[in-house]
Formats: sequence, C-alpha cells, structure tokens
Amino acid sequence: MSAMDHTEEPVVLAPPGLQIGPVAWCRKNLFSSIPNTLLTLLALFLLWKLIPPLLDWLLFSAVFSGSSPDACKDAVGACWTLIGVKHRFMLFGFYTYDEQWRPLIATVILLCLICGSGYPKFWGKKLGVAWLIGLPLFGWLMWGGFWGLPLVETDKWGGLPLTVVLAAVGIVVSFPLGVLLALGRRSALPAIRTVSTAYIELIRGVPLISVLFMASVMFPLFLPEGVTINKLLRAQVGIILFTAAYQAETVRGGLQALPKGQYEAGNALGLSYWQSTLLIVLPQSLKLVIPSLVNQFISTFKDTSLVLIIGLYDFLTTTRTAVADPAWQPFYVESYAFAAIVYFGFCFSMSRYSQFLERRLGAQGRR
Amino acid sequence: MTNAALATSSEPIISFEDVNKWYGQYHALRNINLGIGHGEKVVLLGPSGSGKSTLIRCVNRLEEHQAGRIIVDGTELKGDVKAIERIRRDVGMVFQSFNLFPHLTILDNLTLAPRWVKKMPKKEAEDLAMMYLERVRIPEQARKYPAQLSGGQQQRVAIARSLCMKPKIMLFDEPTSALDPEMVKEVLDVMIELAHEGMTMMCVTHEMAFARAVADRAIFMAEGSIIEIDTPDELFSNPKSERTKQFLGQILGH
Ligand SMILES: Nc1ncnc2c1ncn2[C@@H]1O[C@H](COP(=O)(O)OP(=O)(O)OP(=O)(O)O)[C@@H](O)[C@H]1O
Ligand SMILES: [Mg+2]
Repeated sequence: MSAMDHTEEPVVLAPPGLQIGPVAWCRKNLFSSIPNTLLTLLALFLLWKLIPPLLDWLLFSAVFSGSSPDACKDAVGACWTLIGVKHRFMLFGFYTYDEQWRPLIATVILLCLICGSGYPKFWGKKLGVAWLIGLPLFGWLMWGGFWGLPLVETDKWGGLPLTVVLAAVGIVVSFPLGVLLALGRRSALPAIRTVSTAYIELIRGVPLISVLFMASVMFPLFLPEGVTINKLLRAQVGIILFTAAYQAETVRGGLQALPKGQYEAGNALGLSYWQSTLLIVLPQSLKLVIPSLVNQFISTFKDTSLVLIIGLYDFLTTTRTAVADPAWQPFYVESYAFAAIVYFGFCFSMSRYSQFLERRLGAQGRR
Repeated sequence: MTNAALATSSEPIISFEDVNKWYGQYHALRNINLGIGHGEKVVLLGPSGSGKSTLIRCVNRLEEHQAGRIIVDGTELKGDVKAIERIRRDVGMVFQSFNLFPHLTILDNLTLAPRWVKKMPKKEAEDLAMMYLERVRIPEQARKYPAQLSGGQQQRVAIARSLCMKPKIMLFDEPTSALDPEMVKEVLDVMIELAHEGMTMMCVTHEMAFARAVADRAIFMAEGSIIEIDTPDELFSNPKSERTKQFLGQILGH
C-alpha cells in the first residue's frame, strides 16, 4: 500500500507576513479601531475591578485550616475550613461513613470508562469488554452485599456519586433512545412516526420536575399492592425518558441536514434501511450535531440536581445540607462556591471534549 | 414508434409496460413502454423536466411508479422490500452529484456495499476495490477522502463503487453535467470502456459524441412521454418528430 500513498511533496513555503510579534498582535486584535479600543479598555477595567477581589476572597484572605467554625471568626475571605470538615458529607451524603471508599473507587471507575469511551482511538471490542467488567464492578462496589462488602441500599446513596450515576446512565441510555425516536419521527411507517412524534411533543411540553414527580408519586399508584420500585430507579427512568425526547430533536436536526443524495446512494447500492442508517446516515448526521448533543449532555448533568424534589440527595443537595448546621450557616456561600467549582469542572470538561471530538472527526474530509 | 430493426431481439432485461407516474397532481411519466435488451446501451435525452431522471430512477425504485409494470431481470418491482434490495444489488447507479460518502476513504466507499450487502471478507473486498480503482485509473487515491479529489476523479470513484457490486445494469443520470469541461473526457472514457465490455447501460446524457460512440438506441423524451426512439445517428441527423428537431436545434445551437 505504501507505494500507493506516495504523492509528490510540493515545496512548502510559509505564507508571507506570518511572523507577528506581540505588539503587532495586540494592535491587530485589540486596538484595530476606536470602538475596538474602547471595548478593550472597558474589558481591562472590569477585569481589574473583579479579578483581584475575587482572588483575594478565594485564596489570599481565605482560611484553610481549623476544624470548627471558630477558625473563621475573623476571616475576611472564604472559609474553606467548611470544606475540610464537611467534604465527606458533601461528596458522599449519607453513604455509610466507613464504606465511603467504595463510592469513591466506583465513581473513579465509571469516570475512567466514560473518558476512555470518549477517545475514538479506543473504539472497539476492548472498550466493550472494559464496560462489561467495569459496570458490574461498579454495582458491586456501590451496593455490595456479597464477597465481603456490606450491603448499602440505594436510599443511602448520595452526593457526587449519585449525581454522576444519574447523569452518566441518563446520557448513555437516553442517547440511543433519542436516536431511535429521531429515526422514528422520520419513518415512512405512519404508526411509528405518530408514536415517536407524540412522545417527543408530550415530553417536551412538560418540565423535568413534573416528569420526576410523576415517576415518583403517580407511577407507584398504578403498581399492584406490595410492589415497589426503587426510588433511585424511578428518578433514573424519569431522567432518561425526559432527556431522550430532547436528544431526539437534536439528532433529527442532523438527519435533516444530510443531503438526500446520501440516502439515495446507500439505497442504490442495495444497503438495507439499518445498514445505511448505521453506516452512512448516523456517522455523518451525528457528527454535524456534536455541539448541540454535548450541550444537551451538559444540561442533563445539571438537571440531575432536580432529583432533590423527590427526596434524593444529589451532590448539590448534600453540599447545601452540609451548611444546614447553624454553626456553619454563615458559610453557605462557600458551599455554593464549592458546588459551582465541581459542576464547572465536569461541564467544562464536556465542553472541551466536544471541541476535541469535532476537530478529531472534522479532520476527515468534508464535502 | 420503434421499427423492427430497433426492437430488442431477446427477452429484455428491463421492461416498462404502460408505466405511469405522478408527483402529486403532476403527471411525470406517461404510458412508458420500453424494453432494454441484455448488453444494450441506451441514452436518454430531452428538455429539462421531461422525466428522464424519473424514468431511470424507477428502474432501481428510487422513485415508485403508480401504474403499469416494471420488470428488471425477471423480477417485477412491487412493494416487496427484499426483492427491491435484491434488484438494487444488480443495478448500479451513478449520480450527477457523485454522492460519495464523505466520511469514508475512497477505499471504504468502494468496499462498503460488498462487505455489508454481499458479506465479502475485508481483504477480498479491498482487492476487488483496488482492481476497479485501477480500471478507473486512480488507485493512488485509495486512502484519501472524497473531498480531496477533483470532480472527475470523484465521479470515476462513484462508477468504481457501483462496479464493485458486479452489477448487471448500470444507470447514469447526467454523470458529466456537474464536471468542468476538461474532466468530462476522463469520465466518458471510463464509460466507453464499460460499454465495450458489454454492460447493459441506461444513460441520461446530452453528450452526443458519447451517444454516437456507444449507444445502440437514443430515446428522446418530452413532457413525461417517449417521443422518439432511433439509433443515435438517425435521431441526431434525421429526427422524425418536430419536437425532437426543435430540441436538437437548441442543444446544437442552431
Ligand atoms: N420529488 C419530486 N416531487 C415533485 N415533483 C418532482 C419530483 N421530482 C421531479 N419532479 C418533477 O417531475 C418532472 C420530471 O423531473 P425529472 O427530474 O425526471 O426531469 P429530468 O428530465 O431529469 O430533468 P433535468 O434535465 O432537469 O434533470 C419535473 O417537472 C419535476 O419538477
Ligand atoms: Mg434529471
């Protein structure tokens, strides 16, 4: 094959005038016109007004040591003592204290699996095997109940592991469901089309809170006496059903953007509906909608904080509960700041990942 | 309309019997009767909107006809999805806009259908693909993506992609009209070779020289009907119908 790859390398010349120094860069990008200059100065002024006090509060005047609220009595800045004392509760909620290493490892495993799945390089059989091993391992660590780990019921789960589980399972399961709904809405079969459309429109018409509420309060009413379904599972199903409807509309946008000729070429070659959908249509249309898909993922991650209303202790709720203690109450800002930093870490990573994936897949030729 | 000498002798591989098609209220194909023999090459020409594309797209059911019968290689085109997929395997199609799969390399474009539709092993499919790429004279582009090729090269890849399924019939819908003039010849040359190898071909084109060189019959269409069928030489130099004369006058520029 190497002989075929051979093409003659043309002499590569740098385009003229590319060597721009910092001064030239500033002039071109920051001070190119009077309005531009004014905007630059305004931005600098705002940064000067905002950044130093913020850094001062967060770091320079903040208290990092101590083990009680007294340590922060005279503090001008943030009281990170709170996090030092309460972080176990914030991160793991009411999970049995001595067993909290388990959700820690389980969450790390789940996050590793998710991150690993993000790299196109790893897509293949080995990844499937990793999930097949990783998920039961995750379940065993979280629940336990055999092989030496004491059982921890799901109503004790809480904090960051709960948020990550709800979001990860929500995203991973709702995505294929959303793709199916999107395909269904464009199906040639009227029955499938009607059902998909009705589902999507119905779910999109109600807020997530009411879906969760219905899943938690109304759904059990329809179950026969004595049958109960785990609250966490109900919330999870609610999130999946809700997210799938939104994913479906995003995916449908991608399907519509694909030129008709692509469908026709697949058909003309004798590919079946599912073959052309999986090999031709989805790879291209999903690539087109990566930014909106990831946008949806980020929303889902943050939406999990709504499970509070059906009595689950997600990460935001545990952080808030941590300052319910009157002695710590004055430091509620710190708890929110901590939650914000953690949420930002997750959401920003997803956003960066979206850009990485777009670049990576965009490297393949486009028409 | 057809004289005896022009009618196909053997059992036709494609036959249209009183085919009619409507787009909504618009009557796009009107009473089409046509038989195309094994190994025969026909070109279709006619003004824009006359139904040429519609006619050849009915052969592999990219369009559905509403009345009459279309029989391809012994199978009538009806609702049966499996039968349609089977026919499509034997009928290659080349589009005006190439329609290569932009997310796949040239080689993957070519091996996709053999591997998934015919379940051919990867290695075998790649050897086959390279053979056809050599026949269309661009084996060195195998690892590139469609966007990195010129229009003429892309269209040759599209032809090779269809040939990889070893079709019995090839349909061409204005294969050279989206190309810059200097690339038209490289595509036509490939098509001429294919014709000489005995492929059954239906080709919508206004390339007169090509039609004269390879076509057994030329079909002139207007307003959804077949107006005139004759050998290309006869049709071009000695058209019988007024409508044909007028059209030829326009495209020949006098
Ligand atoms: N999908 C469609 N829906 C509605 N009308 C259509 C559709 N496709 C084609 N038509 C109409 O049917 C008629 C025949 O179209 P067709 O594409 O077969 O013409 P053509 O002879 O191939 O023309 P051209 O030389 O412009 O390609 C035209 O009037 C066109 O507007
Ligand atoms: Mg046409």
